[in-house]
Amino acid sequence: MAAIDTTLTRKPPSSSSHQAVARVSKAILRNRKATLGLVMFLILLFVALFPDLITSKPWNESVVPPAVIAQCQQDAVAAGKVPNCSQFPPTWPDYPLGTTQLNYDVLSQLVHATGVTLFTTLLISLLVTAISVVVGVTAAYAGGRGDLGLSFTTDVFLVIPALPLLIVLSTYLASGGIAAIVFVMTITSWAFGARQLRAQGMSIRSKEFLEAARVRGERSWYVIFAEILPNMLPLIVAAFLGTSVYVVATMAGLQFLGFGNVGDTLTWGTMIYQSQQSMALESGNIWWLLSPIIAVAFLGTSFALLNYAFDEIANPALRKSNRRRRAQPAA
Amino acid sequence: MRFIGRRMALFLLTLWAALTLNFIIPRLMPGDAALAMWSHIHNATPAQLAALEAEFGAAGQNPVVAYFGYLGNCLTLNFGVTTDQVPVVTKIMQGLPWTIGLVGVSTVIAFALGTLLGMYGAWRRGSWTDNLLSPLLFIVTTFPIFFLGLVLLLVFGVALHWFPTNHPYSTPPTLSVASVADIGYHAFLPAVTLVLAAAGGWIYTMRNNMIATLSEDYVRMARAKGLSSWRIMVSYSARNAILPNLTGFAMQMGFILGGSILVEYIYSYQGLGYLFYQGTSSRDLPLQQALFLLYTVAVLIFVLLADFLTAWLDPRTRTA
Amino acid sequence: MPSPLLEVRGLCVDYVTETMDVRAVDHVDLSLEPGEFLAIVGESGCGKSTLLFAIARLLSPPAEISAGSVMFAGRNLVALDEEELRALRWSDYSVVMQSAMNALNPTLSLAAQFRDTMEAHGTVSSAEIRARSIEVLRLVGIDELHLASYPHQLSGGMRQRAMIAMALLFTPDLVIMDEPTSALDVVGQRSLMTQIKELQQRLGFAVIFVTHDMSLVSHYSDRLAVMYAGQLVEVASTESLFAEPLHPYSRGLLDAFPSIRGPRRALTGIPGSPPDLGHPPPGCRFQPRCPMAMEVCATASPDLAPVGQSLVQCFLYQTEPARAV
Repeated sequence: MAAIDTTLTRKPPSSSSHQAVARVSKAILRNRKATLGLVMFLILLFVALFPDLITSKPWNESVVPPAVIAQCQQDAVAAGKVPNCSQFPPTWPDYPLGTTQLNYDVLSQLVHATGVTLFTTLLISLLVTAISVVVGVTAAYAGGRGDLGLSFTTDVFLVIPALPLLIVLSTYLASGGIAAIVFVMTITSWAFGARQLRAQGMSIRSKEFLEAARVRGERSWYVIFAEILPNMLPLIVAAFLGTSVYVVATMAGLQFLGFGNVGDTLTWGTMIYQSQQSMALESGNIWWLLSPIIAVAFLGTSFALLNYAFDEIANPALRKSNRRRRAQPAA
Repeated sequence: MRFIGRRMALFLLTLWAALTLNFIIPRLMPGDAALAMWSHIHNATPAQLAALEAEFGAAGQNPVVAYFGYLGNCLTLNFGVTTDQVPVVTKIMQGLPWTIGLVGVSTVIAFALGTLLGMYGAWRRGSWTDNLLSPLLFIVTTFPIFFLGLVLLLVFGVALHWFPTNHPYSTPPTLSVASVADIGYHAFLPAVTLVLAAAGGWIYTMRNNMIATLSEDYVRMARAKGLSSWRIMVSYSARNAILPNLTGFAMQMGFILGGSILVEYIYSYQGLGYLFYQGTSSRDLPLQQALFLLYTVAVLIFVLLADFLTAWLDPRTRTA
Repeated sequence: MPSPLLEVRGLCVDYVTETMDVRAVDHVDLSLEPGEFLAIVGESGCGKSTLLFAIARLLSPPAEISAGSVMFAGRNLVALDEEELRALRWSDYSVVMQSAMNALNPTLSLAAQFRDTMEAHGTVSSAEIRARSIEVLRLVGIDELHLASYPHQLSGGMRQRAMIAMALLFTPDLVIMDEPTSALDVVGQRSLMTQIKELQQRLGFAVIFVTHDMSLVSHYSDRLAVMYAGQLVEVASTESLFAEPLHPYSRGLLDAFPSIRGPRRALTGIPGSPPDLGHPPPGCRFQPRCPMAMEVCATASPDLAPVGQSLVQCFLYQTEPARAV
C-alpha cells in the first residue's frame, strides 16, 4: 500500500475466535449479498432436512389414481389417438408440479433430490477443498523437489479438461454408484484450488513471522496449523465456496448429458436428464424439466452470492464505497 | 532462450503425462471387462471385436508393449476407425472447423468483453452501473452453462423463433456470403451461451485485479504526471492487471471446451463436442480417446502460447 | 517581499469510512517561498504523507480534503477539477515518491515512462522526447543507455534518481518529495540528498520534503515544520529549530538523536505513543506525553502562533485559550 496507509484507527488485535466469529457474522449480516445467499442456502437446507414438511407423497411411486389413468386412456381411444397417460401437467393440490413419465410426483421428486444433491455437493466440495489445502500448502511449505512434484501433478490435472475427463471416467466407473460420482468429481476439481492455495502459501511462507516461529524452535506442524493456515483461512473459505458453485453446475451438467446417473439416487441433474429423455419439453410436462433446472440455478446462485460477498468481506479493498463523493472519479 | 527451453520441456512433459493418463484410464478395469463393456452395446462384427481386442490387448498381452504401440499410434496420428468403419481422423476433421469457429470466436469475444467490462467496473467503482452490473453479471455467468443454453434456446429459439435451434447450417456450406451469414445465424445462440459462461469469471477477475492495481503507487504517480484517464487505465492499470493472469485465462480453456460439449449437445451443433458426446454414448472408444487427447493438447497449446505471450509482454518474467 | 509560491490555509483531510470519519490533517497552515527547501518531519502516522498528497491533489478514497485552500501559482488547487489540474500537473509541480520500485510502472521502460509524460503535455516529436530524456538523466548522473531499462533492472539508488529525473522533466517550480531516501542505505541517502540540493540550487525549484529522519534533512533544508497527530506544532528555520527547539515535542525529537560531536549524554525518547486520531485527546494533542504539560493543556487547544521568527503551537508561549476545535 502507499506510504499514505497510516494506522490511524487502532483497533486492538482480536485474537479470540469468539470475537472472530462475531465479527464475521456481523459482516455477513451487513452485506446484502451475503445475507441473500445465506437465506437461499438455508431454504434449500431446510427442504433437504425436513422433506416431510413440504410433501407427504412418495417420490418413487405413481401418484395418479388409477381411475384418472383409466379415464385418460378411454378418452384417448375415443379420440382415435394413442394413449399416452403420463407426464400430467400441474394439478393442485394433487401434484403441484405435475408428474413424470412414470407418473411420479415431480414435487416429491424435487424435494427428495434436494437432500441428495445438497449432501453430495457439500461432500464433494469439502473433499476437494481438503485435498487442495493439503496439496497446496504442502507444496508451498516443502519447497524443492516436493514442491516440484506436487506442482507438476497439479498442472497436469489442471490442463486436462474437466468435463471430458468426467465423462470418460464416469463411463468406466458407471457401476460404482454415488461413490464413483463423488470420486470422479473430486479428482477432476481439486487442481484449481491447489494452485491458488500454493500461490498464497508461497507468499505467506516468506513472511517474517514464520521465520520468527522457526527461530523460536516451533515444530513444522505447529507452524503449519497455528501460523500458516489461520492466515489462509479467507482464501480456503473462498475456495470452498467457489468450488461449490462449480460442483453444482458441473455435476448437473454431467448428469444432464446422461452420464453419472445412478439408479436409485435421484439428483436434480438426474431429473433433468430423465425429463429430457422423455421429451418433457416438447410434448410432456414442462415443469418436470424446469423445476430441477431452476433448483440448480438457485443453489448455484446462493453459493455464488456467498462467494462474491465473502471476497468483499475478506478483502476490504473490494467493498462498495458508499461515501459522499466529491467531484472526482474513483482513484 | 532458457525460458523458452524450460517451457517447452514442461509442455512436452505434461503432454506425455496426459497421453499416459489417456492410455491408463480405459484400462482401469480388467481387460475382459472393458472389452465386454465396449462391445456389448453393438452387435459387434468380428472385425470390430478384433479391433477392440487389439486396442485393449487380449488378456495376455504385455501392457508395456501395448503402451508403446499406443504412443507410436498417437505420434503418427493413427487413431484407428470408429465403430462405423470411418477413420477417426476423418470424422474429427469434419467436426473440427465448426468447433474451432464457435469456440475460437466465443473465446476472443469473451476475453475482450471481460477485459473491457472488468476495466469499466473497476474504474467506475461505486457508481450505479458497477453496483448493479457487477453482481448481476457475476450471478448470470455462474449459472450452469447448460442452464444458460437451455434458457436461451427456449426463449429465443423455441418460444420466439428468432433463431434456429439446431445444426450449424441449414444448407450445406459454400463460400458465398449467404452461406456465411447462415452459418453465423446458426452459431449465434451457441456463441452467446459460451461467451456468457466464459466472460463472467474473467470480468470478475479483471475487475478485482484492476481495483488492486488502481490502488498501487505507480497509478498515483501516473495521475501526478497528468496522464489522461484512458492512458492510466490502459497502460498502467490494465496492463499490470492482465499480464500476470494471461496464463490463468488460458487454463480456463479446459472449462470452455467442456462447456462447448454441453452447448453443442443442446443445439445439436455438429462440432467436436457433439462428436464426443455421441462417441461416448455409442461406446465408440477410438473416437472418444482421440477427441479426449485432442482436447487436452488444445489446452496445453493454449497455456504454452499464454506463457510465451506473458514472457514477451511482461519484462519481469524474462529475468526470472 | 515576493509573494509565496505556495500557501496552504486551514487544510483538513478526513478519511471517510462507513463507521466514522478520521481527521488525518487538522487545519494546517503553510507557506513556501520560491526556491525554498521546506522539510516536514514527524513520526510515522502523524499525517505528513497525507498532507503532502493533499497539497498535490493526489489523495485516493477514502481520504478527501474536507476544508481549506491550497494557493499555488495564484490558483486554489482544491477548487480545481481533474481537467484543470492536469494542465498544472508535472509542468508546474511534480512529485517524487517513497519507493521507486512501487512508483514506476514495472511493465514499461524508463523511456516509455518519460515519453508518456511528455506526450501528455504536448511534446510529440520523438527526437525532442529522447533528447530531453537523456538530458534529465544526465542531470542525475544516469547513463542514457538505461533509457531502455525496466525498473526492476536498476539498482535502488538509480531508481530513485530516475524518479527525480522524471520529476524535473519540465523544470517545475515545486517538487514534492515523500521520504525519497528511506528505501536507501545511509551512504545512498546522503548521496541522493546532496544531489537533490545541488539540483535545487542549479534549477531553482522549491522543495517540500517529508521525512521522519530529522537529522538527515537538517543539512539541506531552509525551514523545518514539525508535525504531530495531524497538526503542525512548530515551523522554524532549520538553524533556529536545532539551536533552540521551542515546542516540547521538537525538543524531544532532537534529544532522541545522538550527536557525533559534543559531550556524551543519555538518549531520551518520548514516552507514550501518538494518539488515536479517531478519538483525539481534548485540548493539546501532545499533552498526554508532554513533560511540560500545564492544566490548561488538557482542556484547550493552542493556536500556531508566531514566536519570534518561528511559529509554535504551545501554551508555553501563549496565554489565551484558543478557538474551540
